[in-house]
Amino acid sequence: MSDAQPLEHSTARHAPKNKTDLFVSFTVLALQGFGGVLAVVQRELVDKKKWLTTDEFVEDWSVAQILPGPNVVNLALMIGGRHFGIAGALAALSGLLIAPTVLVLLLAAAVAGVAETPVAQGMLRGMGAVSAGLIAAVGIKLMGALKNNPMGMLTCIGIGTLTFVAIGLLRLPLAWVLLSLGPLASVWAAHCIKQRDVA
Amino acid sequence: MSITLTLADWGSLFLHFISLSLLAVGGAITTAPDIHRYLVDETHWLSDTQFTSSIALAQGAPGPNVMFVALMGWNVGLNAGGGLAAGWPAVALALWGVLITMVGIMIPSCTLTFVATQWAHRNRDMLAVKAFKSGMAPIVIALLIATGWLLTGNHENPARDWPLWVLAGATTLVVWKTKTHLLLLLGFGALLGALGWI
Repeated sequence: MSDAQPLEHSTARHAPKNKTDLFVSFTVLALQGFGGVLAVVQRELVDKKKWLTTDEFVEDWSVAQILPGPNVVNLALMIGGRHFGIAGALAALSGLLIAPTVLVLLLAAAVAGVAETPVAQGMLRGMGAVSAGLIAAVGIKLMGALKNNPMGMLTCIGIGTLTFVAIGLLRLPLAWVLLSLGPLASVWAAHCIKQRDVA
Repeated sequence: MSITLTLADWGSLFLHFISLSLLAVGGAITTAPDIHRYLVDETHWLSDTQFTSSIALAQGAPGPNVMFVALMGWNVGLNAGGGLAAGWPAVALALWGVLITMVGIMIPSCTLTFVATQWAHRNRDMLAVKAFKSGMAPIVIALLIATGWLLTGNHENPARDWPLWVLAGATTLVVWKTKTHLLLLLGFGALLGALGWI
């Protein structure tokens, strides 16, 4: 989306200082993510640390989403790898996984049996509803990034609505939706980018 | 629950998670039905209760959702070692189970992601790469909103579940418009749930 700008445009924002910074940042991020890390990622990496702009986050998240594997794991590998190669990818990945693994196993050992009690079930219900709201809010916040989309806002809203209906209302399998709408939208985007570059 | 696992069994457990890795498009949780078929129905290495509570616990604990895979490996190992009551040897086997399942589910998808994204980053000025990112952006954003919708919509009894919808909707507004700490919101949700208000 930034074809008019030189590559150096990214130097204005912040970057992870070193591999330790990556490891610690992803650990902190992971430990805040209850019911999945998705909602926290945007706030930590874009709002707080400014390692990514909103546009870049949407781009990276698209890639993380379409590749197999947990989305957040893919995002960690991308960001770590971009700054410090394979060592950076591994630092971010282990930050994301090690502390939560230790914690969840301790929890499992400690609460064996408690998870089925009404109070615990109630807490999970409440936290589930909150994390649903968190994820939806991230989506709404990211809509601002569509302003710079070469396809134009109206087309984006159309594609977004189609996606929401297919997944949220018709409950079609994710793979179908990604493999049908994805290529169509990408071909249209290529057309729009070419038009814009000619103009 | 107590089971016996041979070396070949551990090998096939590892291979099963390796084979699932590349199928996990849209997150590891999409492989849960197949893991259930394999671990609970076919091999009986995991009880149905252990399967369900592994997912619930991973959702309630901090970290990526894929933690449910670690918990299933933990439980399979514990079962092979005769349960927590059997002491350290069982814990050692449980940790071994975590290693087998997590490394298995991670290696193929992580390798693919690393190689593919390094290539895409080097070629970020290629038309195909830019078109893919621009074309996917509205789809991905709508997917996030749909995920929030679906997570709430799993509760389909409006008479009983309307407070969940109110809570999810209120959370969306608060996160969108304010900088309230996310843990505070989750704690609030947990409190309301523990009190039985939602």
